[in-house]
Amino acid sequence: MSTGTVATFEDSLERLEVGWTHASSDRLADVLEGLCSDPTIGVELPYDGVELPGWVNTDPTPADLREANAGITAAGLGIADYGSVVVQGTPDGIEPVSLFGDLHVAVLRRSDIVPGMPEAFDWLGEEFRTGHSSAIIATGPSATADMGALVKGAHGPKEVHVVILDE
Amino acid sequence: MSKAREAKAAKIRQLMETEGDAVGTSTRGFNEGRYQSVQTLDDYEGLKSEARAIKEDAIERLPELIDQLRETVESNGGTLYIADDAADANQYIREVCEDKEAERVVKSKSMTSEEIEVNEDLEAADIDVVETDLGEWVLQVADESPSHIVAPAIHKSREAIADLFNETFDPDEPLETAEELTMFAREQLGELIEGADVGMTGANFITADTGTMALVTSEGNARKTAVVPDTHVAVAGVEKVIPTVEDLRPFVELIGKSGTGQDITSYISLLTPPVESPTVDFDAPDTPLSETETDRDFHLVLIDNGRFDMREDDQLRETLYCIRCSACSNVCANFQHVGGHAFGGETYSGGIGTGWEAGVEGLDSAAEFNDLCTGCSRCTTACPVEIDIPWINTVVRDRVNRGEVSELDWLVEGLTPDEEPGGVSLQKRFFGNFETAAKVGSFFAPVSNWAAGLGVSRDIMERFLGIDARRELPAFQRETLKDWFENRTSRVDDPVRTAVLYPDVYTNHVQVERGKAAVRTLEALGVDVIVPDVRSSGRAPLSQGMIATAEDHAHDVYAGLAEHIDDGRDIVVIEPSDLAMFRTEYEKFLPEKSFERISEVSYEVMEYVFGLLEHGADADALSTSEGEGVAYHSHCQQRTLGLEGHTEAVLSDLGYDVATSDVECCGMAGSFGYKSEYYELSVDVGSELQGQFQTDENRDRTVVASGTSCLEQLDSLLSRPTQHPIQLVAPRR
Repeated sequence: MSTGTVATFEDSLERLEVGWTHASSDRLADVLEGLCSDPTIGVELPYDGVELPGWVNTDPTPADLREANAGITAAGLGIADYGSVVVQGTPDGIEPVSLFGDLHVAVLRRSDIVPGMPEAFDWLGEEFRTGHSSAIIATGPSATADMGALVKGAHGPKEVHVVILDE
Repeated sequence: MSKAREAKAAKIRQLMETEGDAVGTSTRGFNEGRYQSVQTLDDYEGLKSEARAIKEDAIERLPELIDQLRETVESNGGTLYIADDAADANQYIREVCEDKEAERVVKSKSMTSEEIEVNEDLEAADIDVVETDLGEWVLQVADESPSHIVAPAIHKSREAIADLFNETFDPDEPLETAEELTMFAREQLGELIEGADVGMTGANFITADTGTMALVTSEGNARKTAVVPDTHVAVAGVEKVIPTVEDLRPFVELIGKSGTGQDITSYISLLTPPVESPTVDFDAPDTPLSETETDRDFHLVLIDNGRFDMREDDQLRETLYCIRCSACSNVCANFQHVGGHAFGGETYSGGIGTGWEAGVEGLDSAAEFNDLCTGCSRCTTACPVEIDIPWINTVVRDRVNRGEVSELDWLVEGLTPDEEPGGVSLQKRFFGNFETAAKVGSFFAPVSNWAAGLGVSRDIMERFLGIDARRELPAFQRETLKDWFENRTSRVDDPVRTAVLYPDVYTNHVQVERGKAAVRTLEALGVDVIVPDVRSSGRAPLSQGMIATAEDHAHDVYAGLAEHIDDGRDIVVIEPSDLAMFRTEYEKFLPEKSFERISEVSYEVMEYVFGLLEHGADADALSTSEGEGVAYHSHCQQRTLGLEGHTEAVLSDLGYDVATSDVECCGMAGSFGYKSEYYELSVDVGSELQGQFQTDENRDRTVVASGTSCLEQLDSLLSRPTQHPIQLVAPRR
């Protein structure tokens, strides 16, 4: 992915007040440790040679979801113009793990960042036609203005952090 | 005032007092956000056209797309049910819930589910229904109805919500801040979602190719509603089906920007149910998700409820393109002041609400609030699918007029110079035939003005015509613009162009001075001017929903101007609402070529002056200034046509220091501000403009405004004189 697209993605995250960190695969565990506090749940990352550290509970129960401070999942795509990450629902529970914790940490490969929505929907069309059943285009934390002022953290995460995995 | 008018005025007054401030703050914020947010798009107009084309195509091919969708949903393992009406849909949903022995259904926000009143139906079957959208939950707790299609509880202030929660739930510590209220609701609703048996959502879009639905949300409740329980029921109108996943893209980019002014909402859920995500069974809190048996059930309930008839209706069909973004509510000056409890029907509110109510509920529900659309047209450029919302409102008004036949109509019909059958109210007929009144008024002026101003006359006008006695009447001039023009000779020797100055009713009979100023200005810039005898544009009857009469005017106007156009003359129009007729509405009334010919050579007067100056006319022939302060209010329809900037540019070029208002409409809107049921709302809307022109920065500026209505409104609200910009720049005699 071009440096320009990554820089645009970072600018968008900045605008959304979403934190981001670059990490190589061997530095990932340290980065995650700095971001998350116990209890942290997660779903194993689908990237070759990349594993979540042992302190991450990767086999959570409903009770664990309820108690989680942080949830770590992969993101299939980053959309530079909007600072969005695409969270794909999978049988191993990416959707609930990314949704229930106060903090969602999305781990995204640098090469999976696309410039804008046209590219994202080309990709999504292919994903849905080949059998993927759900994808959430998530932009910043959950939010509501229904109680008279903007509040971050409605039903979903109160905070989002994107870890950009440099290959 | 008649009892019906008094009741309507009282309801509006009450809502302005109790809900106006909260609705106004939010909708103006959304509207301002929209202006900023759409600027981030490289090609906003192109994207809107793309979205429009997708919807046009989808509605055209709807039966075929639904067949395709049925196949994809079924091959995905779900069920598609087409419900004829609300009762049919509710019965199906209730049976699904009963099969599951469901005790609790959790819902994410859906206007379509409001339309069918599924909550009431399920509750009657002893099934608990919980709204999980925070705004909807507030309304459920308060037992109130939505006042806005996207932000349902905007009529409630933070304080009101805090009082409601503190009274209802009696928390240990009283709740106060938005943060506290949100966290309290999150906790309460979180527990209710955990124990839910069925999750019900709406669907903003559904793609026929893959059976993928898009849910546009920010709170995350729709995600939880769809993922936690094993049964998902999605309820949507049949019009939500679009061909492909790729077709979602323009809508995803437009919907948040157009609605609440967010570049994108927090979550766009794209779901092809039944989804693969594990269910979350809080009844077995210690069983890992990996060991949960996930056997999901999905029911897509698509609702007709009048929509297929709308599809066959050439005038209402456009309503089906609506993506329910709320832009037309937020941009609307009247909506900003009263909200959806006045500007709404059984379910839907705002500008497009009329089309939905007429199609889904029937004309009676639409008639309740249809007149609150003044046709200002500010929504037409805000709509992400380019729906001509004022036209839909006009058509519905026309149908309402025709549906209301009273005993004396045969009498009225024979006496009025219009093309309408009985049913049109005397009030609408009077304003629709204003040209006739103006002719009589000028003929008898000034006696007619004195007579009209008498207390007894005003009393009669109020009682029979619904003309509010608090509103000052226009003063008809004895010498019309046409009279004046005929009695003088043109003074241009070697003209650069020849222009027809269109004598609109107001310029001809009331604001004659601005007509004279226009003639003098054009002549000073080397233009030979003709003021022909042409009928009024039809704007007045059109705004009363008298479409046949308006069309009759259009044919006469075109006939009256055709030879001038053939001769290469430009048509210059002072009144922006009449120019808007020539440039937009006449497309509906005239043959395509005729419309093109008249629309292409018609100019707003300041636009025309701008063009002349750009092409080398001598600005010094006009009244220049060395920095005189001007407060300018552009007419709503003029701004929709993109012509506000021309006046600003001309005034700046001539040395004036211009400050422009940024309200959407002055609130007068032709006849609207005269009508006794709407007078107070009109003044309330106008108070914003009044405020802007009375700030320390603006209070000493000379006031200019483009439209007759705007000038009348400003005259009544400000203590300093007002004029049309052409009067400011016209050469001094």
